[in-house]
Amino acid sequence: MTVIIPSLVGFFVVTGVILTLVSAIGVVRLPDVYTRNHAASKSATLGVMCVLLGTFIHFYAVEGQFNSRVLLSIAFIFLTAPVAGHLISRAAYYSGVKLWKGSNHDDLKQKIEARQRSNE
Amino acid sequence: MRTNDIIFQTVTRVAVFLIVLYSLNLFFAGHYTPGGGFIAGLMTAAAIVLLLLAYDIKTVVKILPINYISMVGIGLLLAVGTSVSAILFGKPFLTHAYDYFQLPLLGKQTLHTAVAFDTGVYLVVVGVTLTIIQTIGESE
Repeated sequence: MTVIIPSLVGFFVVTGVILTLVSAIGVVRLPDVYTRNHAASKSATLGVMCVLLGTFIHFYAVEGQFNSRVLLSIAFIFLTAPVAGHLISRAAYYSGVKLWKGSNHDDLKQKIEARQRSNE
Repeated sequence: MRTNDIIFQTVTRVAVFLIVLYSLNLFFAGHYTPGGGFIAGLMTAAAIVLLLLAYDIKTVVKILPINYISMVGIGLLLAVGTSVSAILFGKPFLTHAYDYFQLPLLGKQTLHTAVAFDTGVYLVVVGVTLTIIQTIGESE
């Protein structure tokens, strides 16, 4: 018990920090807005959730305190961070940010053109 | 061009309740833990601002038909009334009192007049924030 809890907490916190670092490297390294947004919204969400889960386990097992706010914030981040990524990507697309030159498939463009044609 | 906001609006419907619940938690926990009327008021205002972002201003007025200016007035009246009522009991201005009560369902609890003062702060903060935001949002 005295070994399991700290190693579990350490595993979650270290994993979360590594995932957040991976997402930061992704934001710096990836070529265009959409791929960068993909890195930032997915990996950072899971990283923050892992850190919060480690925090929750630490305070529950070591201090004996059931902190429901941390659980609520895990649920809240899981709910809202992907939606924020979606809205940022969509705003970027509609304001005319170009895709990376290596990408060759654009479904949304065909949809928008079809909708514009049906509106006319 | 009209865009489709269904993801944002659906998440807003769930998230607004979470934010309001958390702001009520901050409000009632303010005596013993970090929190209180100010931050709870700001968070409730943030929940309503999220509604304003997801829907337009007319829909939000239909959902919450509140006159925020009179809300500021009620909050100020509540705060001043709590402070003045101490004078009626022969104590200095702003003296607070508390006592223990046996409440149904909740058991033995303390009721403190500072909560009434904090409710005033809460109403003023929500009212002022939303008055500012709605006034800026409507003037086009």
